[in-house]
Amino acid sequence: MPEIQLRVAERPPIKVGLFVTCLVDLFRPSVGFAALDLLERAGCVVEVPVGQTCCGQPAYNSGDPQAAQAVAHGLLDAFEGYDYVVVPSGSCAGMISQHLAELFADDPEKQHRARHLGARTHELVSFLVDILGVTTLSARFEGEVAYHDACSGLRELGIKSQPRCLLAGVEGLVLKELKEPEVCCGFGGTFCVKYPQISDAMVSNKLRDIEAAGAGTVLAGDLGCLINMAGKASRSGSKVEFRHIAEVLVGTGGTPAIGRSNR
Amino acid sequence: MKHHPTSAKFPSNARTALADPVLQGALRNLKKGFPVKRAEVVADLPEFEALRDVARDIKDHTLNHLDAYLEIYEANVVRSGGQVHWARTAEEACETVMTICRDAGARIVTKGKSMVAEEIGLNAYLDTRGIERVETDLGEYIIQLRDEPPSHIIVPAVHVTKEQIGETFRAAHNGLDPNRDLSEAREITDEARDRLRQKFFAAEVGITGANFLVAENGSSIIVTNEGNGDLTQTLAKVHIVIASLEKLVPTMEDAMAVLRLLARSSTGQEFSVYTTVSNGPRRPADLDGPESYHVVLVDNGRTAMLGTENQEMLRCIRCAACMNHCPVYSAVGGHAYGWVYPGPMGAVLTPSLIGIENSGHLPHASTFCGQCEQVCPMKIPLTKMMRYYRNQAYASGHGSKISRIALGMWSYLATHPGLYRRVMKIVARGLRWFSGRRGSLSHVPLAGGWTEMRDLPAPEGETFMERYRRERGWGPGQ
Amino acid sequence: MGAWAMSAAREQIISGIRKALGRGPLDETGLAPIRQRLKGHSRHIIPARVNLDAEGLVELFISKARGVSATVEAVADMAAVPQAVARYLTQENLPARLVQAPGLADMDWSLAPTIAARSGLAEEPDEVGLTPAVAGVAETGTLLLTSGPETPTTLNFVPPTHIVVLRRDQIVGAYEDAWDRLRVNTLLAGRQPRAANFITGPSRTGDIEQKIQIGVHGPLRLHIVIVEC
Repeated sequence: MPEIQLRVAERPPIKVGLFVTCLVDLFRPSVGFAALDLLERAGCVVEVPVGQTCCGQPAYNSGDPQAAQAVAHGLLDAFEGYDYVVVPSGSCAGMISQHLAELFADDPEKQHRARHLGARTHELVSFLVDILGVTTLSARFEGEVAYHDACSGLRELGIKSQPRCLLAGVEGLVLKELKEPEVCCGFGGTFCVKYPQISDAMVSNKLRDIEAAGAGTVLAGDLGCLINMAGKASRSGSKVEFRHIAEVLVGTGGTPAIGRSNR
Repeated sequence: MKHHPTSAKFPSNARTALADPVLQGALRNLKKGFPVKRAEVVADLPEFEALRDVARDIKDHTLNHLDAYLEIYEANVVRSGGQVHWARTAEEACETVMTICRDAGARIVTKGKSMVAEEIGLNAYLDTRGIERVETDLGEYIIQLRDEPPSHIIVPAVHVTKEQIGETFRAAHNGLDPNRDLSEAREITDEARDRLRQKFFAAEVGITGANFLVAENGSSIIVTNEGNGDLTQTLAKVHIVIASLEKLVPTMEDAMAVLRLLARSSTGQEFSVYTTVSNGPRRPADLDGPESYHVVLVDNGRTAMLGTENQEMLRCIRCAACMNHCPVYSAVGGHAYGWVYPGPMGAVLTPSLIGIENSGHLPHASTFCGQCEQVCPMKIPLTKMMRYYRNQAYASGHGSKISRIALGMWSYLATHPGLYRRVMKIVARGLRWFSGRRGSLSHVPLAGGWTEMRDLPAPEGETFMERYRRERGWGPGQ
Repeated sequence: MGAWAMSAAREQIISGIRKALGRGPLDETGLAPIRQRLKGHSRHIIPARVNLDAEGLVELFISKARGVSATVEAVADMAAVPQAVARYLTQENLPARLVQAPGLADMDWSLAPTIAARSGLAEEPDEVGLTPAVAGVAETGTLLLTSGPETPTTLNFVPPTHIVVLRRDQIVGAYEDAWDRLRVNTLLAGRQPRAANFITGPSRTGDIEQKIQIGVHGPLRLHIVIVEC
């Protein structure tokens, strides 16, 4: 089993609750298993509470805070008692750590629990680098790769250098920066189906940037962005491949890229 | 011509905008300009971030004591020889301005750029009452000639090409050689300068907006690059300042702190060419200047925003940084938003001022990427405020029935984990089966909004929870 | 709009504000910090770039002013100004005629006899205006000019060429320093000037396809003559 170098000395095992997110659960479980793998190799004890469903963001951003509260309540229950809650998604981690407490502003008891949960919740890559002190992984991925800075992770959680730090240690991987890595890809949750032409213009811009950078593979920390970009790439005949960064950090193991088939 | 809000038609406005190659070219140009320049000047001022906090605090303090500062401001305007008029509504403000113009026997009124004047419909009001209104800001002059609304709050004619401006001038400026060359910007600006010069000298009344009103001394401050605001207010007999209540700041030092952010955030200049502090009419021994100075203070919905979740929007200094950096604005431009204020600030201010029932699309037309908040010099939490209006829109029934049903179904499932897992299993299987040997689906029932423009990547076929249970047994919480 | 209606509007707005803020009018205790803030008018953050000695500020002023397309030269004393102006006008192919602010009436034009200088207001055919300044702000290469019986504002805006005579000891670091000078002048004069113009370079617009065009309504040229003593 590949070693993971830790910046700090051995410590008692950290108990982590893994929140896989609805998109990972439905579309791409291998991302969830990659996250599991990374956390266990880093010495964490990981549990996957079975009562988890959704973080409540769709309802929260659609203007229905009551429904969002009802959905997020399930999270409060399911993730009681972990040292940390880790999420392979900047937008869901952002929802939990930045917005949950405000969502329950009218319910002091739930707000207290939400604050407590929010304080313990981290996006996967920033958890590995900022909390566990992981500096490099013995991973291997041949090819030219660009990294897309998904909006919530970047602006709500400050995720920028951490993925690049880990990718720098992946053997065979050549990182090519996009001209505009921080510009939104046009997913935006329900935005992409509410205003499809605008979303299309945005994702087309993103694809042009990717083509110009000459990257064969694009990574990101959010499956929503990746599915959006991969779907557009496929429709427009582009050969660029899309993966979640976690997959590359553990080794893709022959899993086809998002929207591609091995057959 | 009065421009009525078309915000309710945002989706079709946006489609039109996306299909307009001239507009798209102009928007690409915009993206290469202001944001790039802003980044450079911000990098050159290490104090920029700290000044954002200072500016936010100045405005918050002022808003929380707005009554006191307004009274002090008014007293100082009067002491300087000026007059203050209070207007609750757009109509009242227009009537007040018109009365002052009539009393001055005004035939020609020159006007500097003022977003609040657009907001209250002052332009059409004057036009239909026998006033020859002359816009003096070049961009405003161009759209006046073309009878179009502004598409950006700083560069209102950003959607117009040089060629189109030349055509417009040729059509509007009589008495000149029809074969003259107007292909260069130099020729266009020289012609505009000549035409407007005559008007500056002929106008009886000059109307300007105000970037700041200063309580300390009853002054108004305007910021321009062309110098049109200065000629407007200095040469006419009467100077009218039209400004909404929240333009107030306590002292000159407060204004200066915010001024350090304004031009940098707006056009990427360190300071605009002309920052002018005006204080009352000409002094007895002065050789020039207006004989009378009027300030029309406009409420028009501002006090309704005070003391609510919306109060922070009153910090806005109309710099346009938000729209300059917004990927949605960059795709569709300002006209799509349908009223005076486009982009992220428009998505909040428009429902505040004309009601969510007339503008429900605007706060939804955002991916919440958050770039606007990053660049807002006044640290306005724009996405939070757009979400506030989404809540209002949802509560009042805005939005398609289908999306409400879908959201309801999703929320029901998500609050019933056992059912959720079973349904997700079926969906994953189903989509996988539909995709056959391909990795993606190009048609998915009920997902036309997605598949119109993109393929849908096929799921792996098994849900995470299924596979986890298979490989590791049940997780906790069963 | 009658006076009655006006005060009704005023009352409704003020009371609306108070209601929105959840309180009545501020009493003396509540107003004291407001009065104090206005009286004290303390400064906020002043950019470190102006932490320079007098020499440094002059250099910064010149470099910033040139950066915004003003032209700048330095002369030894006021007696050298007429010749400097004559040189500048020749260089720019401008007619040897100007209108100067009455405040510069002491300027000895016999030292540059080719120049026809008159004092007064600017009129439309005037090509060149010459004015003094109140201060030069090194922070962004900005001039502060004020209106008055000796300094009509139109001289700053009407002629397409604007020449400003700025004494070296008028150059300060930040806008706040310049405004403090204006406050002193105000105390002496008894009233604030009607107009205080902070001018940073010649006029410009970006309204045509985002490309900067110099010289729109205000001057096309801004020439600053710094007088050493």
